[in-house]
Amino acid sequence: MIANKVVLRFASSLVGQPIIYHLVKEYDLVINILKADINPHQEGYVVLELSGDSENYNRGLKYLRDIGVEIEPLSGTIAWNRDRCLQCGACTSFCPVGALQLARPEMEVRFDESKCIVCKSCLDVCMARAVEVRF
Amino acid sequence: MQLCENLFFQKGFNFLLFTDTGQENRGGAFMAVEKTYEEINARIRKGEAVVVTAEEIIGIVEEKGVEKAVREVDVVTTGTFGTMCSSGVFLNFGHTKPRIKMNRVYLNGVPAYGGIAAVDAYLGATALPESDPENRVYPGRFLYGGGHVIEDLVAGKPVKLEATGYGTDCYPRRRIETWITLSDINDAILFNPRNAYQNYSVAVNLSNRTIYTYMGVLKPNLGNASFSTSGQLSPLLNDPYYKTIGVGTRIFLGGGIGYVAWHGTQHNPCVPRGENGVPLTGAGTLALIGDLKQMKPEWLRGTSFIGYGASLAVGVGIPIPILNEEILLYTAVKDEDLYAPIQDYSSDYPNREASNLGRVSYAELRSGKITVMGREVPTTPLSSYQKAREIAEILKGWIKSGSFLLTEPVQPLPSVDSRIALKGLEEKKNNG
Repeated sequence: MIANKVVLRFASSLVGQPIIYHLVKEYDLVINILKADINPHQEGYVVLELSGDSENYNRGLKYLRDIGVEIEPLSGTIAWNRDRCLQCGACTSFCPVGALQLARPEMEVRFDESKCIVCKSCLDVCMARAVEVRF
Repeated sequence: MQLCENLFFQKGFNFLLFTDTGQENRGGAFMAVEKTYEEINARIRKGEAVVVTAEEIIGIVEEKGVEKAVREVDVVTTGTFGTMCSSGVFLNFGHTKPRIKMNRVYLNGVPAYGGIAAVDAYLGATALPESDPENRVYPGRFLYGGGHVIEDLVAGKPVKLEATGYGTDCYPRRRIETWITLSDINDAILFNPRNAYQNYSVAVNLSNRTIYTYMGVLKPNLGNASFSTSGQLSPLLNDPYYKTIGVGTRIFLGGGIGYVAWHGTQHNPCVPRGENGVPLTGAGTLALIGDLKQMKPEWLRGTSFIGYGASLAVGVGIPIPILNEEILLYTAVKDEDLYAPIQDYSSDYPNREASNLGRVSYAELRSGKITVMGREVPTTPLSSYQKAREIAEILKGWIKSGSFLLTEPVQPLPSVDSRIALKGLEEKKNNG
């Protein structure tokens, strides 16, 4: 059994193909889509949590590579430094998965690492530089 | 000018109707409450003062009513914690042997202004090292600037001082390179020419590219809307006509004690106001002063705005004495009743054009979503509501413990009758 978070990047020519369908149907993989941005006739990407038995997993990845999908592992982790955090909450409106959240009514910034997909959207929007990537 | 005064009378009249505290009622069946600063301070000294935050007062007035609340509550504390660019510190380093007249001054590589006396300088929050690439690699990251030096000083960290002079008979030395700490130097006086803006615009981006502003990163096509205020906790939103906050008001500043020095730069009280008297756009501002040596790094924090620059987040808390029902009602204002204008920062703001995108309440802004041009837009807060609340609580604690007395302003700030009109800067070909 293998489970990994990966980033898939598609060229615009691939956007029309039912890639996820094939991964499920033909390779019996369990797919949890964490983030996706796919538009007709444009490049797109999907962040997936991909799991299945190791043979199917590797065949699935080969299928993706063969049709021209670029695969990158989701590397590093995001570290949130509570002491540096100014508690403004700006990052929470950039986090696509709600890993950084503004708890209401406390108006307190909270970070749930298990939800984080390391998309790095929070890094540059933090005026206190309280989030960083750790490898 | 005339408009401004008319507005004042009109709003004043509305306010009387609204609060029912007109002269007609005075000396009637009950005596309207009027407290003095002396009476409130006497209660503070005895440890008997009733002090609540600007958030708590809302529920108290709703629950007990105005008449009861005005008798019971002595002080309402406010707070705000956000980036305030017009901030900086006057420093006196002490004299070298032999003496130098510092002409160019750098602290950890960040230039300070040396155009005052020999070993005095002013370090501004947005100053950048000459080695900073700024926006040459766009968007720049601005990781270290004047605000960060101020934070390091307050944290007690050693800071590298480099200064050069041109040499005079009385100040022969031409160069000094040394390390200083906040406790080593004679004076460090935080003096912020403009803090605690009374209301501010909500920033959006109508263009199709991401923009990097002092209102944070704005995503294209109305991708987000940023705002910077503590709303119902914010000092000047709780004293809309500056009836208690004035020159000499003792305040919480950067974790220590400070004072209102003057009205801030761009103080602009004659703007349209709502029926509750609160400005509907940016209006009043405060110039604040205090001894940096008793402040805390937690409440003076260097900030970096990608693509914009470095700055300083400042914690400010101001106590409002509940002198009468009118003052009480001002402090009971709620986020639902505070409105901010929406402004486009991709074109309107940079070109000094008016934006006509409507207004939203702070309750909507704080909920996380607002509607702009019929579209739902996520909101990006830039000032910490939670830290603002903490400041109001700390100040409340100081006052309740008897260690912080209120001061009556020695001079009021210019208000709606001041005839102030903000000017722009126009290009002229000659000095005629």
